[in-house]
Parts: sequence; C-alpha cells; structure tokens
Amino acid sequence: MKLNSKIPEGPIAEKWTKHKFNMKLVNPANKRKYDIIVVGSGLAGASAAASFAELGYNVKCFCFQDSPRRAHSIAAQGGINAAKNYQNDGDSVYRLFYDTIKGGDYRSREANVYRLAEVSSSIIDQCVAQGVPFAREYGGLLDNRSFGGAQVSRTFYARGQTGQQLLLGAYSALSRQVANGKVKMYTRTEMLDVVLIDDKARGIVARNLITGEIESHSAHAVVLATGGYGNVFFLSTNAMGSNCTAAWRAHKKGALFGNPCFTQIHPTCIPVSGDHQSKLTLMSESLRNDGRVWVPKVARPKLTAREATKIPNDERDYFLERKYPSFGNLVPRDVASRNAKMACDEGKGVGATGLAVFLDFADAIKRDGKEVIAAKYGNLFDMYEQITGDNPYEMPMMIYPAVHYTMGGLWVDYNLMTTIPGLYAIGEANFSDHGANRLGASALMQGLADGYFVIPYTIGDYLATMPYEKISTDHEAFKEVEANVKAKINQLLNIKGKRTVDDFHKALGKIMWEYCGMSRNEDGLKLAKGKIQELKKEFWQDVKVMGSQDELNMSLEKANRVADFIELGELMVDDALHRSESCGGHFREESQTPEGEAKRKDDEFSFVSAWEFKGEDQPELLQKEELAFENVKLTQRSYK
Amino acid sequence: MSWLTETLTSTPGRKVIMAATGIFLILFLAVHLTGNLQLLKDDNGESFNIYAEFMSTNPLIQFVSKGNFFFILLHVVVSVFLTRKNQQARPVAYKVPVKSGTSSLSSRNMGILGTVILVFLIIHLKGFWYEMHYGEIPYKNYDGHEARDLYAVVDAAYSQWYWVLIYVVSMLAVAFHLSHGFQSAFQTLGMSHVKYSPAIKLLGIAFSILVPAGFAVIPIVMFFN
Amino acid sequence: MNLTLKVWRQKNSADKGGFETYQVSNISPDMSFLEMFDVLNEQLVNSDQDPIHFDHDCREGICGMCSLYINGKPHGPKDAITTCQLHMRSFSDGDTIVVEPWRAKAFPVVKDLVVDRTAFDRIIQAGGYVSINTGGVPDANEIPISKEVANEAMDAATCIGCGACVAACKNASAMLFVSAKVSQLAVLPQGQVERKSRVENMVATMDAEGFGACTNTGACEAVCPKEISITNIARMNREYFQAKISSKKI
Repeated sequence: MKLNSKIPEGPIAEKWTKHKFNMKLVNPANKRKYDIIVVGSGLAGASAAASFAELGYNVKCFCFQDSPRRAHSIAAQGGINAAKNYQNDGDSVYRLFYDTIKGGDYRSREANVYRLAEVSSSIIDQCVAQGVPFAREYGGLLDNRSFGGAQVSRTFYARGQTGQQLLLGAYSALSRQVANGKVKMYTRTEMLDVVLIDDKARGIVARNLITGEIESHSAHAVVLATGGYGNVFFLSTNAMGSNCTAAWRAHKKGALFGNPCFTQIHPTCIPVSGDHQSKLTLMSESLRNDGRVWVPKVARPKLTAREATKIPNDERDYFLERKYPSFGNLVPRDVASRNAKMACDEGKGVGATGLAVFLDFADAIKRDGKEVIAAKYGNLFDMYEQITGDNPYEMPMMIYPAVHYTMGGLWVDYNLMTTIPGLYAIGEANFSDHGANRLGASALMQGLADGYFVIPYTIGDYLATMPYEKISTDHEAFKEVEANVKAKINQLLNIKGKRTVDDFHKALGKIMWEYCGMSRNEDGLKLAKGKIQELKKEFWQDVKVMGSQDELNMSLEKANRVADFIELGELMVDDALHRSESCGGHFREESQTPEGEAKRKDDEFSFVSAWEFKGEDQPELLQKEELAFENVKLTQRSYK
Repeated sequence: MSWLTETLTSTPGRKVIMAATGIFLILFLAVHLTGNLQLLKDDNGESFNIYAEFMSTNPLIQFVSKGNFFFILLHVVVSVFLTRKNQQARPVAYKVPVKSGTSSLSSRNMGILGTVILVFLIIHLKGFWYEMHYGEIPYKNYDGHEARDLYAVVDAAYSQWYWVLIYVVSMLAVAFHLSHGFQSAFQTLGMSHVKYSPAIKLLGIAFSILVPAGFAVIPIVMFFN
Repeated sequence: MNLTLKVWRQKNSADKGGFETYQVSNISPDMSFLEMFDVLNEQLVNSDQDPIHFDHDCREGICGMCSLYINGKPHGPKDAITTCQLHMRSFSDGDTIVVEPWRAKAFPVVKDLVVDRTAFDRIIQAGGYVSINTGGVPDANEIPISKEVANEAMDAATCIGCGACVAACKNASAMLFVSAKVSQLAVLPQGQVERKSRVENMVATMDAEGFGACTNTGACEAVCPKEISITNIARMNREYFQAKISSKKI
C-alpha cells in the first residue's frame, strides 16, 4: 500500500484556501441524497454531525453513553487555544503553527498543523455565537490566559470547565439538528465493526446496548470520532468507557494506524491509592505555576504529607529547579513526568506506595497569603482534599504522572480520510496534528477544527464522486459482518473461564505502564510483547463474562473492549520498539543526551509510522509517511 | 388548546394560580385579623359587632368576599390537580425517603397542612360565617346602630376548651403553611433578586408567626376572661 | 471497613425488581463509592452472579452519568459532589447503605440502578440552543458581555444533566435542569432572538415528559452537585409568563 497524504501544492499559508476551491462540491439539493454515519458525539463527532446536518446531509450519530452530552471531551479543564491575538502580544497563525510543530517534537505534518492554526480563530467565533460563556474581561471582551509553556496568551477558557462548555455548545447544535430531523441520534449504541463494499466504507454494525440487538446501518460515508485509547493502560485520566474498539476494528478492516506508541503522560495527577483504583484524576497543569516539586534527599519510605512539613529545606531535593534552572517547575509535561518517575525509581518516592512526589505550596502561601492562593486554586485544592483527605493548605500535595492523551490514532490524509475510502477519522481518534507530544489547550482546538471547519468541506469532495443509491442493510456484506460480530460475542460469552474482564485489563495496564509508559527500552519492550501475547491467549481461554447477549450487559461490553485493547497494546509495543529514537512523550532510554534528555534522530525517524494489519496473529507491516519540514527548522528542545 | 388554557394548565401556570390566590389570601388574613382583634376590646363586643354587621352587609365587601371564596376554591382545586400530577411523576417511591436536611418540613407537607386548614375553614365558616348570614342572631342597638350580637356567639364558643384547642392547632397549621407559602409565592411569580429576596423571606417569617399568633391569642384570652 | 449494602436489583424495565443485601469487607476509606461497587461486582462475578449495573463514565464529577440514590440522598451524604466523587471515608465501619436508582416516571429504570434520562435530551432538543449554523458568525469580540452576565450565564451553564434535582424533588420536577439552560441563554445576548419560543417549547416538552411541578422546596438546589441556584427557576417562571403573554403564537 502506498500512502498518499494528499497535501495540496503551494505555499503553506495558501494550501487550505486553494484546496477548498479545488475540492468538488455537492449541489445543495443533492446533499439530502447522501447519508453520513458519525460514530462518537464528543467535540469532534457532535460538531461534525451538526455541521453535516446544517449542510443538508442525513446524519446518523452514535454514542455508547446515554446521551451525547456525556462524551469525555466534557472533562477537559484548562482551555482552548486560538490565534486571535486579542492580547496584542504578537500571536499569529504562524506562531501557533510553529509552537504546535515544535511542541510535538517535529513529528507532525506541517500542512495539517498550519490548517489547524488557521481555523482556530473561527472556532472561538462559532462557540461564542452558540452562547458558550467564556471568561470575560471587565470591558466585556474575551479573556485569555497563557498555558502549557506558550509565550503568548492565546488560551480561551470557561473557569476550569472549558471542555464541558464547548461540548455543551456542540451538543446544543447537535440537538437542534435532531429536532430538525436531520440527525438521528443512537444513544447507548456501540459500533462494533465497519462494513466495506467495493473496498469503500458503506456502513457499520453496532450493538444496541440495552436490547443487545446487532444492528446494521448503511451510509455513503462513515466518520469515526471515537476518541483516544489511553485506557489501554487501565489507569488513565480517560473516562471508564473510553475505548479503542471502533478505531481498532476499522484498523483490522484496512485502516492504517499511525504512531500508536505516542502517548502523553500528564505530570500532575493524584497518585494511585491502592489496587482498587479505577481511574486517575488530573489536576490542572496551572498548579505548577506556584507549587514546588520535591522529594527528600535521602529516601524516606512511606513518608506522609503531614510528616513532610517537618522536613527542613536543606534535606529536600527540588529536582526540577535543580536540573532546569531557567524553566524550573514549568518544564513541559513530558520532562516533568519523566523526572518524577526517575526520582521514584531512585527510591525517593513518597506516600504509601512510594510512587509520588510532593507539590508544595507552603512557600507560595507564605509569599502571597492563603487568600491569593485560594482564589487561584481553591477548587483544585478542594477536589484534592475530597479525594485524598489531605488539606493542601496545610501540607504538600502528592502527585504522580498519569496517562492522559494519545497522539497516535488512525492514519488520515489531509482530508482526514483513512486508508479506507469513505472512512474518516477526526479528533483524538486520528493521529494527525500533535506529533509526539500535545501542547496544553490544543486537544479541544483540534476536535472542533476537524468537526466544524475541516470535514464538512472535505467529505463533500468524496461524496461528489459517489452514486446516490443507498445500499440496503440486507446486502450480504452487512450480513457477513453481523455474523462475525455475533460470533465474537458468543465466543466471549462461551469461554466461561475464571478470570474477570477487569482482571485482564489490569494485567494489561501493568505491562503497558511498566514497559511502554514514561520510559521505554528495547529489552523491556521485547519482554512486554511476549507478556501481551501470553495475556491474549489466556484471555481467550479464561475470561469470565457474565450475563447474556440480549440484555444490558456491561461486562460483555467491557470484554469486547479489552479484547481490542490487548491487540492494540501489542501494536503500541511494536511501534515503540521500532522507533529507537526519543521524541516528545516517547522516551527511549537508548536515545538520550548526556544530560539525560530526549534525543531525536531526525535523519532516521522523521516519518509517521503507519501500521497495516495483515491478519490475526500476523506481524503488522510498517508503512512510512516521510515528514517534510519546509517551514520550520528542526532543533533539539532544551529547557535548561 | 388556546394559548391561555395552555398557559394556565402548564405546571408553571398552575403554580402561578396557586401563588396569586395565595397572596390574595395572605392579604385577606391581614384584614381579617385586624377586624378580629376588636374582640379583645373591653366593650362587651360593641365595636366587633358593628364591624361584623358592616362586613356582612356592605355590598363592596360582599363582592370581595365572593372573590375570596372563589380564590379559596381555586387554590384548593388547583392544588388537587397539582398534587395528582406530582404524585404521578414518581410512581415508585423510594425505600428511604429523601433526607430531611434538603428541604423544610412545611415545604414538603403543604398539601397536608392545606387539608388541615380546609377542614378548619369548614368548621369555622359553619360556626360563625353561616350563623351570621343565615342564622338567627338577635339584634342589639348601639346608639342607633342595629347590629347582630355575633360577639355573644363567639364568646360562647370560646368558653369551650375544645373550640380553643381547635383554633390554636389550626393556627399552627396556618403558620407552617404560610412559612413556606409566603416566600414560595414570590419565587413562583419570578420575584427573586439578591437585594429584595432576603427582605421578602424575613417578612414571610414575621407574617407567618405574627398573624397566626394573633388569631390564636383571641380564643385563649377570651377563654380565660 | 466492613459494610452491608442493600441494593435495588431489576433485570430490565419490565421486571418488578427488589432489594438484595450484600456484604463487602476490607473496604479502604480511600476508595471512591463506585470503586467500592467495582469491588462488590468482582466479588459477584467470582461467585457466578450478575454484576450490579450502574451508570458511570468520567469518574471525576463532570459527565453527569453516575446517578445513585444513597441512603435517601442523590449522590450520597456529602454536598456539591457527584457519586463518583464520594469517598468511603464518608462512611463508618458496620454501616448499612441503601442504594436505589433515581425514581421518576420520566426516568424509567433500564436495569438495576441504570435509568433512562433521555427525557432531558428531548427537552434540550425543544429549544436549548441558539439557532446558528456553522460559519458565518460575527467575530467573538463583536458581542461584548459584561463579566457579571458572563458569570451568571456560567453559573447556570455548569449543569451536568445528572438528574439529581429530579431525584431529590418530592414531585420529580425537572424545573432546576430546564431553568438552568433557559437562564444561561436568557441572560446572554446570543439567546435573545429565540428567547420567547425557547422557554415556551422547553416548558411544554418538560410537562409532556411527565415531570412534576415545582413547589419550591429547594431540595434540588440542596443536592445539586454543581450548586445551581433555584433563582434560575424564578427567572424561568418570569421568562415563561413574559413569553406567553407577549408572544404572537396563539
């Protein structure tokens, strides 16, 4: 298979404009003859579904939750970037583009990132018009803050609930189209496979989670907006239901998977408290503006936060300030995470598990007073106390990195189409814009850019080539996929083994976190591959799924998802093993600078790894999309 | 359905009927109490009887009084409809009832309090209002003013302990009903404001204590006199 | 700690359902309430019983999916949090905890503790939006909005649609939910164009879904995990009557 990214010709600033002109259009009166399936109702899915419907297409939108408003985009706290330059501080489309490419450690596609920066400002206009209550200045204009190490203030926010407000905006647009009859919403319905006819995506097979019925849905194009796969690690900041099933099954039908090993580990999360832990809670990155990160100089096992207040200053190691005097506690996410892990690996970790470092506000409270700190972080401190029982005004917080976002995803071309014609992937589900590391406040931007301002154009270019004829779900291709899906479900239900689904998921998570987490090496990855293969075998022999197919059955749903996570986990390990350089969130211990920082190998690895499925239990085939950098100069990141 | 019936049968519409009639009845209570306090005047019922005669014969007062009855009826009928709808909204009850800390006792029991008040009202009307309008109460002459001696009827009633008890208990029900109803009426009518709502709440509490207390004091004092 | 749980079990919407009693032991105070349920479910599966179904997703208090009625209070004993944010240190060893689904005609039970809250979606579909299409909107800063108004709108907009207000209300009224959305758009300039039709249609749908009437008990406000104020209900009443009196819809 030859990868064609379909990047338009011409100077970078004109590519999108020219491309929009060159794309084929569907006559307004003909749009109603086309059906589009959108899977997922988060920022990308809801905005795409609403925008398609406004254009006149017939849309079917699917989500596994009880309402489209629950999608995990809702949990994003910090904000959304846009190159508005409202603060007159020198921001521009080019600067946002440049920052994003650099932040991604030069592993993303220039043309896509430039387009993202270009449409970013329309997103803000759109959301404000919908009634999203962004924070305001006293004069009534929009407020901005700086975020994630950017040197300009370009982040728009709605308290600590920006994701919620943007999602509810997209949800309202979607609801309007449901009322108009242009979108048919299928809640509590999970896509289990994509249906290809003449090598084109022509529909999906889904399971009605309430009745268990396996349903087929036919369309002229299918859009996957199914989010990321961070839950492959079992513990992550993702929602419990977030999964890779739709993307993974599409992958097995021929869609290439891009950069699967690129995962983002967020440094400021609440540490694991025990084996019962089901998910990890993120604390906003902004805490590092005033909090100082430290561990004791001499290992003190099981040190509690209360005891820590008695440790004198000269017995503390403020390791980020020591190693990175100019950026101090504000180094980027990947650097901060890695250093916390190193401190714990040396045995200096604190708390009951030894997997935590302190984030201390004592100095900030002494300097600014409790009220100032409360005004800035009060809600976060409350949340922390709620979860841990410790009061951060009186003692340091404990934090530890956690899986937060997956930059990898289905490979897409400039039109956001996967390698299966008619199958698109948008938002976190695709690999496209963040390279090897995502900057803060960029995920919301990408989800909405794809949904509101990119795919509504590019899908027309494809549909214009399609006949109007609808394909009946009685077509043999649908029947065949339905049969396969049912067979897989029956297989899961009939194993009747001894180990629960969660047990397998936790085992997978441990392997992934240990060997394919914050730092990776060849031996570990090889070991992990073997362990995952064993786990997969055991899963299919010994998993225990209760209940039946024809009812609401959450353990069956979970089993389906974990089966796919195991397979994806193996591919992530393959990818991490192959990419023997360090870049962004992917740290290979073999490739570091003398100071222990991530070292890229641009001459060897300046490409996107796109993996092709070659059959069950067959090694996947690596395809490379070479990355050409014509507008930015590749440099080594340094935060010393 | 016309827009008007649609509005008045919607849940906010029905609630507004409750609020508006409620506020009218609150005003009525204030007026009624002012008149009744004359029972405590040490003139052997003269001013009270003259006042009662005026109230039962003046055409304007009679008109308002008809309105008052209509509003009471409306308040009751709409509340029956509302209660039915509200009960239908939760066909299966909880095993553990909603924790009491989340709302006030009276707000949760407006229907029961209202029923107690309705029963009282019937007894009360039969005892005094019916007697005054259709009974045979002898006339008395006060400096040329002819007035029926309602005072004697009231005095006779309030010398019986059980009448006093009925009145005092009923006034408790009125007090609790008002303690929620007063401020609730304003909330339903959309009158909620950071500046004025605290004052309305305060006024509501004062009213729900003072007015029923005033009504309850009368039988007690007359009983012991 | 060791606990006794009385949990509502119901196979499906047609089933009559009833309470089952379970024992859990060695529960850590650091567990969240839902993690305690995870432990119980693992226990049930290991002894060949169907796990308890309950709705949950983000487990950080924002998606609005979790919905348990715990010992007589939606989202449990603590104020201003969702069930997923409730931790076991709020209970003591030996406690008996009764867990029920949200109860309302408009929220029928799907299975065990899972209820159908799509009535809320239908209310939003009736008008909880500004009817603008993607693109072609004015620049964001062309609509100045005072900080005060933006804050007021945001206070209402934080609603997570969990339905605790309905669950706590003795009348199963949805007024707090509906009024939060009506308020958000009524105070913002963007919402003015459809101000009348929005509130008329949303209230009509709310009534049709079978929710009860608001009797201003304030229970909704007391249990709301996002502390949305019943001032919004007063505002919605105002909006509703203004709309009904002045709109030209007969």
